[in-house]
Amino acid sequence: MTSHQNPERWPSWQAMDSGRLLLLAAAAMLTVAAVARTAAAHPVLVNPVGQRAAVAFGVLIALGELLRLALPGGREAAPIATASAMAYALLLSIHDVVHDGHVPPPLRISPLQVIAVTAVGMTIGALPHMAAGRPVGIVGMASRLVAVSVVAFSFRPLAHLPLVDGQWWLAAVLMAVLLAFGWLTDAVICALIRADDLGARFSVALGDEVAVQTPLGVAVGASAMIISFATAAMGLPGLAVVVAPLLVTQLAFRRYARIRSTYLETVRALSRVTEVGGYVERGHSHRVSALAVAVGRELGMSEPDLLDLEYAALMHDIGQLSLADPIPGGATVLVFAADQQRIAELGAEIIAKAGVLDKVAELVRYQNLPARGRDPEPPVGSRIIRAANAFDDLVGGSTDRDRRGAALERLRLDTAYEYDAGVVEALSVVAGRRRASRI
Amino acid sequence: MTRVSRVAWLYIAVVAAVAVTVIMPRHTITHDLQWWFQLGVLQLLFLVCEATPTPLATRQSAWSPSSSATLAAVVLLGPMGAALTGAIAVISLRRQLMMAERLFNGAMYAGSGFAAGKAFEAAGGVPHLPQPGDFPAIIWPFAVAAAVHVVINHGLLWGILRLTATGARPGDRTRLESSVALLLTSDLGYAVLGLIIAALWPVVHAFAAVLVLIPLFVARWAMGQFAEQQRAYAATMEALCQAVETKDFYTRGHSERVSRGAGMIAREIRMRPDRAEAIRYAGMLHDVGKLGVPTKVLQKQGPMTEEEYAAIQLHPMRGLEIVREIGFLDEALTGIMHHHERLDGKGYPMGLAADEIPEFARIIAVADAFDSMTSNRSYRRARGIAEATAELRKQAGTQFDPAMVEAFISAVCRDGWKLPDATAAPADRHLVTAQDHDDPTAPLQVIDSALGPGRP
Repeated sequence: MTSHQNPERWPSWQAMDSGRLLLLAAAAMLTVAAVARTAAAHPVLVNPVGQRAAVAFGVLIALGELLRLALPGGREAAPIATASAMAYALLLSIHDVVHDGHVPPPLRISPLQVIAVTAVGMTIGALPHMAAGRPVGIVGMASRLVAVSVVAFSFRPLAHLPLVDGQWWLAAVLMAVLLAFGWLTDAVICALIRADDLGARFSVALGDEVAVQTPLGVAVGASAMIISFATAAMGLPGLAVVVAPLLVTQLAFRRYARIRSTYLETVRALSRVTEVGGYVERGHSHRVSALAVAVGRELGMSEPDLLDLEYAALMHDIGQLSLADPIPGGATVLVFAADQQRIAELGAEIIAKAGVLDKVAELVRYQNLPARGRDPEPPVGSRIIRAANAFDDLVGGSTDRDRRGAALERLRLDTAYEYDAGVVEALSVVAGRRRASRI
Repeated sequence: MTRVSRVAWLYIAVVAAVAVTVIMPRHTITHDLQWWFQLGVLQLLFLVCEATPTPLATRQSAWSPSSSATLAAVVLLGPMGAALTGAIAVISLRRQLMMAERLFNGAMYAGSGFAAGKAFEAAGGVPHLPQPGDFPAIIWPFAVAAAVHVVINHGLLWGILRLTATGARPGDRTRLESSVALLLTSDLGYAVLGLIIAALWPVVHAFAAVLVLIPLFVARWAMGQFAEQQRAYAATMEALCQAVETKDFYTRGHSERVSRGAGMIAREIRMRPDRAEAIRYAGMLHDVGKLGVPTKVLQKQGPMTEEEYAAIQLHPMRGLEIVREIGFLDEALTGIMHHHERLDGKGYPMGLAADEIPEFARIIAVADAFDSMTSNRSYRRARGIAEATAELRKQAGTQFDPAMVEAFISAVCRDGWKLPDATAAPADRHLVTAQDHDDPTAPLQVIDSALGPGRP
């Protein structure tokens, strides 16, 4: 049996698009229903304060969607838009400047109105992205919209109960719980889509998602509550003011995400010095790292571990720089084991010098140890790199099925000692899929 | 401040005395329990904020988000409450603070809080729990109060920094200038936070302080992550650049020194901080492409063939090929690609002349040549700094940009230059190169196939 014959992978592969389709369809239906319902409402019944609130929150949501934020791992968030939309869903009352002195008419916002305003605001905010040729991010928008509707549908009916409207702490607790629930909805949707996109396990994807999204989610939740309470105290003009803390947070996150991606870019780029120096075949490091990450994901590794694995795989041949002259043909499986081990040691030393990549250095150090018969066993990451490296040495950039099959067959024959059987199995699954999923 | 001079002590004493005399006598202490509760919460908020550096706080300023607590007190409690909120800085949770610092901070925050409170009242504000009807009218007096707070706070701070700052170097001025914009942004941001706390108080009471703190703490966490990643990034890049150099004994540490030299020039010519950072990375990476030059060419003794010389000339392009994908380097890429151009147009790879050569490249060229001359080579000993600077001056105008040469020399004269360790050559001949393409005093000899040995 060769790698590409792996029937049980196909259903989940195809399910990816249907999952995404389901999400988009749900969001579209919500939007259509909400907009139609809101537009059909009797104009006389529409509260002028409510109208202004709808416009103000819509503008804020559009602005937030415009100021999207890239998070580590190719994720995208719109913290200001999310916080505003959630705050709109959680609105208790609005202090009205115009009707000052009079008792303001009670504010009734239906959940559908919240959804309509959110959808319209998001769409308007996405237009400039579209015009600039950036990805529209429609899946992220749909996911956020669904999360907002969950909160809106559960809070709007309760907003005017005297218990909620009168007791601020009860309202605060209820808001916090619902916000957490809405946030979790978003995280689950994102994890589902990501798991399908990358071929990761859902549980692992959800864990990663929660780990990445928690800090920002907490800030967004707190800001949503601030906005909701401040609207009650300051009225709509206060809206512009209360976004300030969130702006500071967004600024900090932007810098963080940028340095993360620069880091990865730099390691990717500098790992090519071995190629330019003629030590290894062109594209080898990148192919090995893409393969290793896919295998690691298949084996259920979490995102931080995958990042270490990617760095280690990119730099696995860096030790060759210490050799005066390239080994002809690169450090392939065909070179003596002792030489390979020396190169691995040198590479690990170089990486360890940075002082911050100790785990990566370990992975590089043990990349040539046989998977079996050692105590302690080399780390999973090292075993993955070993197999991926061997596979690429045998196959190269070729996409020829027979050649790939033969290479896998050879690795399998060596699983008793040289290669980890589980890793080789995952490798054959990944190599069969062979649609490079790079994040 | 490690040691406090007598003048500084005097200054602190005066500030403290003024703060105490102005604030204490004229106010009777209120017996309103609510007032004291609010004060307690705001003082707690002040302490928490003061102990946690935030993204917008710079090292030079003690201006932390704690000012938002003082400004909230201005609205909720009046001048007296604001002064007492600020005075709590005396028992700051930051353990490393000395007595003098605590005293000064307490007096400074109490004084500026009191003044802000007075300004708030003078501009028509009435300190009390803000009612819905107070907005947006309250914004004007609040803005006045915030402005007064900023001015007095920074004024007093400036004074103490003048008195205690001893080792401030001229180069720090640019950093200070660049942080003024940041400082103003943060002032505005923290003032807004104070207003939000005051506005939310009637609705959610003390919970307002907690709510406002959460996004700030998350921002601080993200900022910490950013700083950590940035350190890791710099360390990783350095390690990788060292790896590229291990092959050649004589050029070890070269990239790091060129990076430092380029940074010195950038500071001397007042380059924007982000560009200065980029040029340090460009200096670090400038010779990465040398890896593409076969070792036997680098180790060759005697004149080179044209092919070999061409291989050397290719190294800036090779370097570019490697680092091109690093997005943020942007302008630094031009520096890497053109660092062997000459002002007279006889350089490589493109033979650009004068103004055509990018600024980054002109800077790196100077630092590069200087480090090469002051390092040992297999064919000569290292030159002294005086000799090397004289050589730079001699080549200024033909090879180097005179402005960059002068900037570099004055920076070296002031800050000094760390020479490479002068160790003996290694026994391993594989690690020794015979020539140095960076050395302006010993140009590579090329055999012209038609005319015999000659200069390129």
